[in-house]
Amino acid sequence: MNKKVANVEEACQGIESGMTLMLGGFGLCGIPENSISELVNLNVTGLTCISNNAGVDDFGLGLLLQKKQIKKMISSYVGENDEFERQMLSGELEVDLIPQGSLAERCRAGGAGIPAFYTPAGYGTEVAEGKEVREFNGKPHILESALTADFAIVKAWKGDTAGNLVFKGTARNFNPMMAMAGKITIAEVEELVEPGELNPNEIHTAGIFVQRIFQGKGYEKRIEQRTVRPKN
Amino acid sequence: MLSKSQIAQRIAQELQNGWYVNLGIGIPTLVANYIPEGIDVEFQSENGILGMGPFPVEGTEDADLINAGKQTITALPGAVFFDSATSFAMIRGQHVQLTVLGAMEVSQNGDIANWKIPGKMVKGMGGAMDLVASADNIIVAMMHTNRAGASKILKNCSLPLTGVGCVKKIVTNLAVLEVVKEGFKLIERAPGVSVEEIQQATEGDLIIEGDIPEMKL
Repeated sequence: MNKKVANVEEACQGIESGMTLMLGGFGLCGIPENSISELVNLNVTGLTCISNNAGVDDFGLGLLLQKKQIKKMISSYVGENDEFERQMLSGELEVDLIPQGSLAERCRAGGAGIPAFYTPAGYGTEVAEGKEVREFNGKPHILESALTADFAIVKAWKGDTAGNLVFKGTARNFNPMMAMAGKITIAEVEELVEPGELNPNEIHTAGIFVQRIFQGKGYEKRIEQRTVRPKN
Repeated sequence: MLSKSQIAQRIAQELQNGWYVNLGIGIPTLVANYIPEGIDVEFQSENGILGMGPFPVEGTEDADLINAGKQTITALPGAVFFDSATSFAMIRGQHVQLTVLGAMEVSQNGDIANWKIPGKMVKGMGGAMDLVASADNIIVAMMHTNRAGASKILKNCSLPLTGVGCVKKIVTNLAVLEVVKEGFKLIERAPGVSVEEIQQATEGDLIIEGDIPEMKL
C-alpha cells in the first residue's frame, strides 16, 4: 500500500483551526521539524497540542506559541520556554500537565483501543483531582483516560512508502505511541525508501498506523544541552 | 558539609551489583561518576535508553542521543533504545531497582515536592510522578536547607506534592536520613557536622539513637 505524499504541503492537507494534534519528540529530539514549519505557514489557530514538551522560544512548538496558534497544551514538562511561561501565567494558554509515563500510556491506550487505565502515578497530588481512585493490591491508583488526535505528526529516521518506520537513538520517544493514536498519522522521515529495503525484523512502527509519509528536508536537529568531554 | 559531588559520592555507595538505576536531573546525574569498584549497574534514562554512557567526546555528539535532561550522551555496548511507553513500563513495573532524584521539600511521612512553586515556577513534573509512585527504592539527593537557611526536611510539605509516602532515604549536604514511622532517623553525619547542627536544620522530627557515625567518603 502506498502512503507516500509528494511533500509537507500535501501531508498536512486537512489540518484545520481548532483541531487536536499529537506531535512526537522529547525536548527537540525527534520532533517533526518540517511539519511544524508547515503549521506555521498554514496559520491554523486554536490548536490543542499533545506533546511531551513545548519546544524552546524559537524552535519546535515554540514557533507555534510565538504566533499564538496554540489554545491548549497537554504536556509533562514545559521548562526552557519563556513565551510559554508568559502565556500560561497570563491565562492566554490552557495547560494540562500530566506525568510523562501517564502521557505515554494515554497515547498508547488511545491507539490500542483501551479507553482508560489505572496508574499509581499522581495519586495524592494535583494530578489526581477529579479522577476516580481505586485500590489494587492495597495501593491506590487513579483512572487516566486514553488520548487520541485528529492528526498525529511523527518523525522517524527511515521509512518506506508502506509507512513502516525505523527510529534512531532516543529520537524514538513518543513517536511510536502517537503514530498509533492519530485518526490520520503523518510521518516525516529523513530517508524514504521502497518497500523491501527495510528489514521487517527491525521495523519499530508498522505501516498500518501511518496514513501519509514523506521525505523531509533541511533537518536542523538542534541540540538543547551540548555536553561533551574533551578529546583524549 | 558535603558538596553536591560528595552527596552523589555518598549515594553511589548504596549501589548494588546488577541494579538498573534511574538518575534524575542535577545532583543525581553525578552519581554515575562514583560507581564503586566491582559494582556493575546500568543506567536508565526515561526518555528511552538503558545502558547510558558518559558525555560524548567533543565533536561526536549526536542530536538523536540525549538523556532526560536533554544533555548529549553516549550509549555503552549492550545499550538499548525504546519508546516512552516501554520506558515507563520498566519504571511502573518495578524493573528499575533504584531511583535517585532531587527535591525542593520532603516530609517525615515520605512525601516529596519537586515540580511546582505556585505563581512562580511551573515547569511540569516530567517523569518524576511516575518514578516516585512506583519505585521500591527511592533516594532523594538534596540540600538540607534553602538559600535563606530554612529547612527543606519538614513535618509537612508546603509545596504541591509529587508523590505521597514514597521517600525512604535522603542524602543531604549535612546528613543521611531514613524515613521511619516516627520521623527522620539520623543515620550518618557529614564530616565535621554535629548532631546539633543537623537538628537545627531539620524542621521535621529527628530521631537520634546512640552515637551517630560520620560518613565515609
